[in-house]
Amino acid sequence: MNVIDWVLIIPVVGALSLALIPNARLGAWLNIFISATGLAVSIWLALTVLGNGAITSDLFYVDAFNVYLVVLTLLVGMTTAIFSRPYMAHELDIRKLTPLRLRLYHSSFQGFMFTMLLALTTNNLGVLWIALEGATLATVLLVSLYRTRESIEAAWKYFILCGVGIAQALFGTVLLYFAASRVVPDPDQALQWTVLYEYAGQLEPVIVALAFVFLLVGYGTKIGLVPLHNWLPDAHSEGPTPMSAVLSGLLLNVALYAVVRIKMIVDAALAGGDPHNPQLAGYLMMAFGLLSFIVAGLFLHRQRDIKRLYSYSSIEHMGLMTFAFGVGGPLATFGALLHMTVHSLTKSAIFMTVGHASQIAGTQQIDRIRGIILTQPVVGWGLLIGTVAIAGFPPFGVFTSEFLLLTATMKSWPWLTIPLLMGLAVAFAGLFRHLHPMVFGKPPEGQLPIAVNPLPLLLHLGLVLWLGLSIPRFLAEWFDEATRLISGSSLL
Amino acid sequence: MNVYADLPLLQQGIHTLAALVLVSSFALLAQSRVVATIQVFAWQGFLLAAITALVAWETDLEHLYISAALTLVLKAFFIPWLLIRQARKLGILREFDTIIRPGITLMVAVSLVIFSYNVVLPIQQFSQSVTRDAIAISLALVLISMLMLITRRKAITQVVAFMSLENGLFFAAVSATQGMPMVVELGVAFDVLIAAVIFGIFFFHIRDSIDSLDVGLLSRLAETDE
Repeated sequence: MNVIDWVLIIPVVGALSLALIPNARLGAWLNIFISATGLAVSIWLALTVLGNGAITSDLFYVDAFNVYLVVLTLLVGMTTAIFSRPYMAHELDIRKLTPLRLRLYHSSFQGFMFTMLLALTTNNLGVLWIALEGATLATVLLVSLYRTRESIEAAWKYFILCGVGIAQALFGTVLLYFAASRVVPDPDQALQWTVLYEYAGQLEPVIVALAFVFLLVGYGTKIGLVPLHNWLPDAHSEGPTPMSAVLSGLLLNVALYAVVRIKMIVDAALAGGDPHNPQLAGYLMMAFGLLSFIVAGLFLHRQRDIKRLYSYSSIEHMGLMTFAFGVGGPLATFGALLHMTVHSLTKSAIFMTVGHASQIAGTQQIDRIRGIILTQPVVGWGLLIGTVAIAGFPPFGVFTSEFLLLTATMKSWPWLTIPLLMGLAVAFAGLFRHLHPMVFGKPPEGQLPIAVNPLPLLLHLGLVLWLGLSIPRFLAEWFDEATRLISGSSLL
Repeated sequence: MNVYADLPLLQQGIHTLAALVLVSSFALLAQSRVVATIQVFAWQGFLLAAITALVAWETDLEHLYISAALTLVLKAFFIPWLLIRQARKLGILREFDTIIRPGITLMVAVSLVIFSYNVVLPIQQFSQSVTRDAIAISLALVLISMLMLITRRKAITQVVAFMSLENGLFFAAVSATQGMPMVVELGVAFDVLIAAVIFGIFFFHIRDSIDSLDVGLLSRLAETDE
């Protein structure tokens, strides 16, 4: 068995064994252990790819682009598992949850990790679809874990909207297969990334363009692009917080990964220029991305629920990344890859502190969360620093990536830097008008600290700070290799 | 155009069945009784299985027989059976679902079909071939199912709409491309199966929380003022 098999087997074994273990507290420890093992194996995978180049087989395709996402996925998975142990134990103590549902949570968590890893490592566009649909199925019962009326509504919306959305992606996949099966000798291989890249220039451009529209709408629903984003704030706000952390930090990234891979095929297929604009895919992504970025920034201002607030911030950042991949070119692509990393680290860290803050205050209502720094400094400062980082302040990594993105935009689309800068300012104001009273305000009487494990938070914010100050050489080369794969030329 | 009459008999059969699938999606759109909706859905599954079998016969692809059998079992029997069983348990089998403006809805559906044919018109390479029609019909099926999804209020009929959307996709895969690679088809069927089971669990959660299956009542999370 090779290393990719292990990356996928570990979460499957984890999901099955966690479903069978009745003791919820033991399950939480086991969840951490399985996630840590997965991380170790993924680092092994990364070293293999780094040493020997891309791994290609009929089933799997791992190159510089997806291997770093695999490591990132498992890293965030592990830290979220560490965070969720005290968090879920508290939920159990205040009787929001039963041990049985906690068991469902642990098992689905690993099931979700499996679908993410399968979507990332597979060589087959169809299997990618199956995995992303599987991700919806694995998480939908988690969104309704608390069984409140709101959470049922959120889960139903999530299920129907993501199901219908991703159905469009399957239609696009069928169209792409239709185009590919005419030119690829063995139709069984016609959905493989490696084969599609090879034959991309010969695909019928009309069908490919049509397919891309469907694929973008389909996977765009999962990315949370406006106007397909309605499920996202609901699912984030009503589900348990570790779920929000992995949805924001991982699922959105993986959906974006799918779109970027497809864009690479579409760009090659439309390169002839006739009858479609060769940059059709890029233009569509720029339009959707910019719209999401601005609309989500405005929506930040009117949120009343702390988790909804940060889920709109996720939409905003995903919009920015989609825009950047749409702009294309080495600089924008490098910036977008870096932004994917720092956003998912920062956002999952924020959701962790948000989860603790709402446990301290006993509510997710922004109006009633006050004075967290005074009650529990770790949580309050974590929330403050995390938000400062996500808003794009130096010296954090988000600043670096946003700076790169702005520079790239300035080069190729100078006028578009104006809406981008305005959007950043609007989003900054939207976050801080809510944040300030929450961390600095006067705490209500009797507000008590709770049990937290600050390790994941420190690790994430430390990494984001490090990436903002200096990107280590191997990581920069890694990003550069991925940039070369996506945009055709390298940056460094 | 006398293209249709020039086709071999088998292809004519496939085409006729495809037209019937389209008719069935109109029937789904207009049918308000819960039990009848599920029955029409079962018929649609049956038609799809028949088309798949005919395509398999025409192309001599063995794996298509497997997906025909899979469709028959899953879409024509298992999922309808599951839905009817649950509707009976929830006591809504004989009830009526409200359809928002049925007349206008049907007119919109007609224009969706025309739109779908328009979308595929520029595919020059296959202008003489029947696959272009197949893509148009499957696109129409997908769009009409989405229309059904937004004009229904009951969770159970929304699920029927969702599943018939899946039927449209399956039709596209079979008629335009002679089926996807086997691993993909099996995976999709597996996802549909799991989705059907989870939907079943959900009906009870929804009923427990709002005493009804009318998902129109689930409206607390709207992004509106106060």
